[in-house]
Amino acid sequence: MAVDTPSQSVAKAAGEHVARGRSRGTGNPRRAAKRSFATHWYAWAMVAPVVIVIGVIIGYPLVRGIYLSFTDANERNVARTIGVNEIPATYEFIGLDNYTDAITGSQFLGTLGWTVVWTVSCVAITFALGLALANILNRKIAGRSVYRMMIILPWAVPGFVSVFAWRFLYDERRGLLNQILSGAGLDAVPWLNDPLMAKFAVIAVNVWLGVPFMMVALLGGLQSIPGELYEAAEMDGANAWQRFRNITLPGLRSVSTTVLLLSTIWTFNMFPVIFLLTRGGPGEATQILVTQAYKFSFEISPRDFAQSSTWGVLILVLLMIFAAIYQRVLRKQGEVW
Amino acid sequence: MTTTTPTARHAAAPTMNAPLRGRRSPLASVALHVTLIVASVVAVFPVLWVLLTSLKPAKYATTTDFFKETTFENYTNLLRDTPFLTWFGNSLLVAGLTTVVGVFISATTGYAVSRFRFPGKRGLMWTLLITQMFPVAVLIVPIYNIMASLGLLNQSAGLVITYLTIAVPFCAWMMKGFFDGIPREIDESGYVDGLTPFGTFWRLILPLAKPGIAVTAFYSFITAWGEVAYASAFMVGDENLTLAGGLQKFVNQYGAQWGPMTAASVLIAIPAALVFLFAQRHLVTGMSAGAVKG
Repeated sequence: MAVDTPSQSVAKAAGEHVARGRSRGTGNPRRAAKRSFATHWYAWAMVAPVVIVIGVIIGYPLVRGIYLSFTDANERNVARTIGVNEIPATYEFIGLDNYTDAITGSQFLGTLGWTVVWTVSCVAITFALGLALANILNRKIAGRSVYRMMIILPWAVPGFVSVFAWRFLYDERRGLLNQILSGAGLDAVPWLNDPLMAKFAVIAVNVWLGVPFMMVALLGGLQSIPGELYEAAEMDGANAWQRFRNITLPGLRSVSTTVLLLSTIWTFNMFPVIFLLTRGGPGEATQILVTQAYKFSFEISPRDFAQSSTWGVLILVLLMIFAAIYQRVLRKQGEVW
Repeated sequence: MTTTTPTARHAAAPTMNAPLRGRRSPLASVALHVTLIVASVVAVFPVLWVLLTSLKPAKYATTTDFFKETTFENYTNLLRDTPFLTWFGNSLLVAGLTTVVGVFISATTGYAVSRFRFPGKRGLMWTLLITQMFPVAVLIVPIYNIMASLGLLNQSAGLVITYLTIAVPFCAWMMKGFFDGIPREIDESGYVDGLTPFGTFWRLILPLAKPGIAVTAFYSFITAWGEVAYASAFMVGDENLTLAGGLQKFVNQYGAQWGPMTAASVLIAIPAALVFLFAQRHLVTGMSAGAVKG
């Protein structure tokens, strides 16, 4: 850091003091704590609201959710109020049964398989299209800002509105896409009612929603690459592909690692697209982990809270493992994240 | 761009024989424009089609004509016969409260994390990051049960509290990014003048961070405005729905009323899109300042 604020040097001094005291074995821990409090109380006071709020509205439900995943809780045995009667909870602790069921059963693994396919194809296609468009828009080209505005539009419209717009286009009997097909003398395509077509359809909508963000982020990255690099490469006779390969891609590294991680997490958790477009159907063909977990707790009867929580915890664990591996790989390649 | 001038100068020099950037064959230009036009049409068309459909009489909603007996009857019917305005108000209230409370709670934290080293900072930053990748599925059941036992289901307050689980970590993280961009010399000048850290934050940093706070607020507003999962699960009954739940009333497994649906979509999208396109340059800066939730 370029500049040390007074507070930081004090903090450092305090830290050194504590460390020295401990190594000698003569330090008084209570005094150290007091000292530490005197140095840091305002920083702690500043973060206190967030720590308290996170603890109460995220920490507590999280702990409860994890606990529920070790029980057989469902709609019929949780605490509830019917009229004036308070019925206490009667669900029981059943250990890891939910987890073994989920991991050994075919439903979780099947859904996970499709979720991975969905995430990888959405992110890969979105990134490729975003990169291509960003490269085109980074050139001098007539009407650049108009194109940019139009391509960004899907990001500007609230997601749930766009999803309904697509559902309108996809409608099997009277949607525009099938009317165009029949106008051309082709058979109607059951966009959302055939398991395979529905998979393509939901991926297409998610790509449509995701490209603007990807493009804008990558465009920002492209514009931060100094033009001198390209000129030097041209002087040395590098062709367009070589310049792209050796200047553009390395220059985009830090931006792309961030947006790839973000969009992977978003896509993995993408609830509205699936929920509003197909509700996971036809059958369970397009159900990803998040929507299936939602279905367990809100759409089936009796609502299965325990299984839903189990899936929720498993999703979180998977994402954290992914983020940890991702970070480890980047660090190995010398990237600070 | 800074590169244009030198490139133009090179292009004027006839001795250069390497293929130069900024000089394109007409064919390449045409290809680029065609690509951009196709991309723009794909991006704009679904939205445009909804707009055009909303201007047709409801019985012609599924015709392929671009214009047919242009009328505003979908809009008047929507406002007169459906609780659209109530839903709009609910959404506005919930998203607005979430934004104000979220920004208010997390501003000081963003500052503290940006400026100070203190025990627990690493843990806090990891918590802020990890909570941003929470899937809805992990919290929705316990929060549902807690809200049910507190009698907050079907109440705007309950939904605001729920949305704060998304907004607070997000706002804190994003504002840290903006505070990082404000030079530390300003803090120092505050200390030299005898201000406490709180005084420095309040009198010097906060006024400078206004654009960043605006962007953060905008994002958390948009996130709450477009949230679907919690809103669909927690809110029932026509008068309590937010827009995300309300639109599902028009289009469900039993049938689709495309007339009111498209009119409602336009009314929801226009204000958001205008603000968004107006503010997008700043939004991108915010994006690069910190990780955000979609």
